[in-house]
Amino acid sequence: MAEMIIKNGVVYDPKNSVDGEKNEICIKDGKIVDNVGAGAKVLDAEGCLVMPGGVDGHTHCAGKINTARIMSPHDMRYSPIPGLSGPEPRTKLLRPQVGYNTPNTHAIGYRYSKLGYTTIAEAAITPMMARHMHEEFESIPILDKLALVLMGSNWQVMQYIQDGDSEMLKSYMAWALLASRGYGVKIVNPGGGSNWTWGKNVTGIDDKVIDFDVTPADILIGLAEANEALNLPHSIHVHCNNLGVPGNLPTTLDTMKLLERVKASQDRQVMHLTHMQFHSYTGTSWMDFASGSDQIADYINKHDHLTFDMGQMIFGPAMTMTADGPTEYRNARMFDAKWSNYDQELEDAGGIVPLAYTPQHFAHATMWSIGLELALLVKDPWKVMFTTDNPNGGAFVNYPEGQVLLMSDKKRQEVIAGFPDMTMDRISLPNIDRELDWGEMTVMTRSMPAKMLGLEEKGHLGAGADADVAIYDVKPDKVDVSVEHEAVKKALGFAKYTIKGGEIVVRDGDITALPKGKVYWVNAYENGIVQTEKDRLITDLEERFKKYYSMQFSNYMVEDAYVPRPVEVRPEVA
Amino acid sequence: MPVIKDVVCTFCGCLCDDLEVTVEDNKITKVGKACKLGRAKTMGMFLHERIEKPMIRKNGKDSELEECSYDEAITKAAEILVAAKRPISYGWCSTSCEAIEKAVVLAEETGSLFDSTANVCHGPSALATQEKGAPSCSLGTAKNYADLIIFWGCNPVHAHPRHQTRYSTMAKGAFTPNGKKDKKMIVVDPRNTDTAKKADLLLQLNPGTDYVLVEALRAIVNGHADVLPDEIAGIPKATVMEAAEMCKAAKFTVIYFGMGVTQTRGRYKSGDNVSSLVSDLSQTNKVVMIPMRGHYNVTGFGQVAAWEAGFPMALDFSRGVAYYNPGETGTNDVLMRREVDAFITGAADPGAHFPQESIKYLYKIPAIQVDGYANPTTEFSDVVIPAAIAGVECEGTAYRMDSQPIRMKKLIETTFKSDEEILTEIIAKVRELKGEGGA
Ligand code: SF4
Ligand SMILES: [Zn+2]
Repeated sequence: MAEMIIKNGVVYDPKNSVDGEKNEICIKDGKIVDNVGAGAKVLDAEGCLVMPGGVDGHTHCAGKINTARIMSPHDMRYSPIPGLSGPEPRTKLLRPQVGYNTPNTHAIGYRYSKLGYTTIAEAAITPMMARHMHEEFESIPILDKLALVLMGSNWQVMQYIQDGDSEMLKSYMAWALLASRGYGVKIVNPGGGSNWTWGKNVTGIDDKVIDFDVTPADILIGLAEANEALNLPHSIHVHCNNLGVPGNLPTTLDTMKLLERVKASQDRQVMHLTHMQFHSYTGTSWMDFASGSDQIADYINKHDHLTFDMGQMIFGPAMTMTADGPTEYRNARMFDAKWSNYDQELEDAGGIVPLAYTPQHFAHATMWSIGLELALLVKDPWKVMFTTDNPNGGAFVNYPEGQVLLMSDKKRQEVIAGFPDMTMDRISLPNIDRELDWGEMTVMTRSMPAKMLGLEEKGHLGAGADADVAIYDVKPDKVDVSVEHEAVKKALGFAKYTIKGGEIVVRDGDITALPKGKVYWVNAYENGIVQTEKDRLITDLEERFKKYYSMQFSNYMVEDAYVPRPVEVRPEVA
Repeated sequence: MPVIKDVVCTFCGCLCDDLEVTVEDNKITKVGKACKLGRAKTMGMFLHERIEKPMIRKNGKDSELEECSYDEAITKAAEILVAAKRPISYGWCSTSCEAIEKAVVLAEETGSLFDSTANVCHGPSALATQEKGAPSCSLGTAKNYADLIIFWGCNPVHAHPRHQTRYSTMAKGAFTPNGKKDKKMIVVDPRNTDTAKKADLLLQLNPGTDYVLVEALRAIVNGHADVLPDEIAGIPKATVMEAAEMCKAAKFTVIYFGMGVTQTRGRYKSGDNVSSLVSDLSQTNKVVMIPMRGHYNVTGFGQVAAWEAGFPMALDFSRGVAYYNPGETGTNDVLMRREVDAFITGAADPGAHFPQESIKYLYKIPAIQVDGYANPTTEFSDVVIPAAIAGVECEGTAYRMDSQPIRMKKLIETTFKSDEEILTEIIAKVRELKGEGGA
């Protein structure tokens, strides 16, 4: 493949301690290298902002989103952000695009690329539904992908934890990742999904799960310890109990404290807490509900065993989709909204409800503020990932909006000025004047997610990294983001160049090429589990399939045909 | 004798995946575990009706179909589609998702309308989903948990013969270890069907009154039984009350609904109201609903069309991007309006299932059929392209009625091209004709 050199860029590469320097970036065979020959193609960045390609470590982009599409034809026509939403006819190069919160697969690939993102992680799939997710993955162009596999209400997991059989637990987790060609372990409302099959829930980490003698705390500790024993690249990825419930702050703090005792197998967190905004509420009802961000931030500033992402809310229509089945039913009843539900046998629950967030409602205004407060109050950007929990808090095409909010106090104050008075004593955002710089933004949108996931080839521009690069039409040394936030937002939405695996896929905000992405998955089974343990697991699984599953054991595992460009990651065996 | 285990049956939406198929000399000689329908399908009982060769009519509808090469037929098909101003592509429900993906591409590139057999069966279920959502579960969850099963407007004994033993009334599950003894069954049907004969309670409603009955059940569940008349939809109030009591007493209820709900008066409004009933009951009980899909992969069509283009059916690509307005852009809508000027269908038999008026019109416009079997559609097709049978002669993905994807196996060798290959070749030809090669 041809060589390329990017000149005259203002480069941010925090992992390699590059903070806005005019470095050259050399690319060869899809990788970043130290130098290239004289014949290399020169790309003149003209003094613009250069970052590694964006990494979205938590998004709902394949699988459950399809039911959301079927539920929302109105969304397909909705276009609040021209160029990044709504219907766009096919061109010689591009497939037709539709949608805003639930765009079709092609639009997902194009629009993430326009934003300068090159890697995305689907945040919630059951092993049994993984085949569907991979079909959509294959249909999403350009981007590299990976999947987090739901295990927090899984019968096998709960049975082995109840039995105190940590070997079986490890074997099953490794097998489930293999069966789903998944990358990491996701826990949603631990135990609650299982209870939801009876129409019930759990209310805290010490509640009992109905059908197993375990608690959410047992599930969290069991999975976290096994995750570390397997030496998986990513830690457990947790959506706490009581999402979206006023007064859920203690549950979140309990969960964080619980994990203090687990030791990380490598240089990363032992737990990633997702969409923290939805889990940081004080009060006892929506009437006295307020931000608990200071207590969450205080805890995180004092402890190093966890990371989190924001789950920033964006005003306007959103589509909520989560394995947290009881939360979705509650949403649907509260807002008289349409509601889909899916209880996946032995594995997890799930629901989908469309919502709309408005700055005129104090509850929504407060939630909006909490997301920003969390990111601004936590001092170390390496603990924070920028997300909207796409499309739960808002559609990913609003990332530039959310990012600019972190960089401009002025913009934040402009929005806050429109909030109802009832909001003001519930939030601390008006008094926070921190404005993130480009280095910190680079951490939260690429370097931190890559490190948090254990993706060594992503999130930086050092030799050996994948040549995924984003160049934006922003002159970091000339622009005052605080004031010129609208121009910066526009630039972040339509990259000057996005380079994926060494190929220019976006030029001046338009898609120029459609390479197919890779799918990362973790094989901790083949070498990580000894044969006698494999035999013990398979014997038990065969029995469980006969009795409880509706599909034959032999038809369950995702076939190679669904993952044509895999990157198999094999953790070192401890 | 080689026996292939855990074969997926590609007949109905149950997608039973435990068949045992014996193959001798590239012929299927035995099919174990399947029901009659599944055995007939898998054995290729219809082998004598296979379309053996590609065929075209050279001189209009009145001329005979003449055998030709795959190339000739594919070229002719592409010419018809490229020449058309408003072509429509219909069917693609008894084939693989991989083929459906190609059918989407072809529809996009020819600016076609694009629709599935849902147009004449479960389309209204999709509309109900758009109105109220789809509170559902997987068939294994239903098997493990459900102690009350309601068959509403469907007759699984005949249409989905293994449904009851594998997933519903007779299946043994984790919390229903004694199978039938642990479950109750209600059937809602105007007829006393073979399924109804085994029910604990039959709600034999007047035809077309499903909406009224759902509404009455909702009233009872929400504590307004007093407002109801003595007879509802032709059923004594006491019987309806009994049904509501059974729902309230059950820990986990599954409502399986069929075309009796979706294709009678009320159409999607009935399904939409069932969804509301589910939501109401869910305040105190666990309740879900699952559509009883007929064609084995009609669910897959909806899935693929939704992720590829945004909508599950009735798509219109004439503007270069999908426009969706069922009632306007459904296949029979445009046929009745005589709006289309070319027709391509695959893995479906509109000739047998469409209203007379639509069929009459199909005799007037150029039509292309891609199928393994000759059927009434062949009669009016100008280009007939024989295809391999997915799940027997080629692999691919299908989605069960509960949206669970399963990989279909290839059991025997064939010289027929798959739907996927045929569509890929038509697309290439279309690009060539339009001068868009290499796109
Ligand atoms: S029930 Fe349906 S899928 Fe199962 S064997 Fe019979 S026809 Fe085939
Ligand atoms: Zn999420």
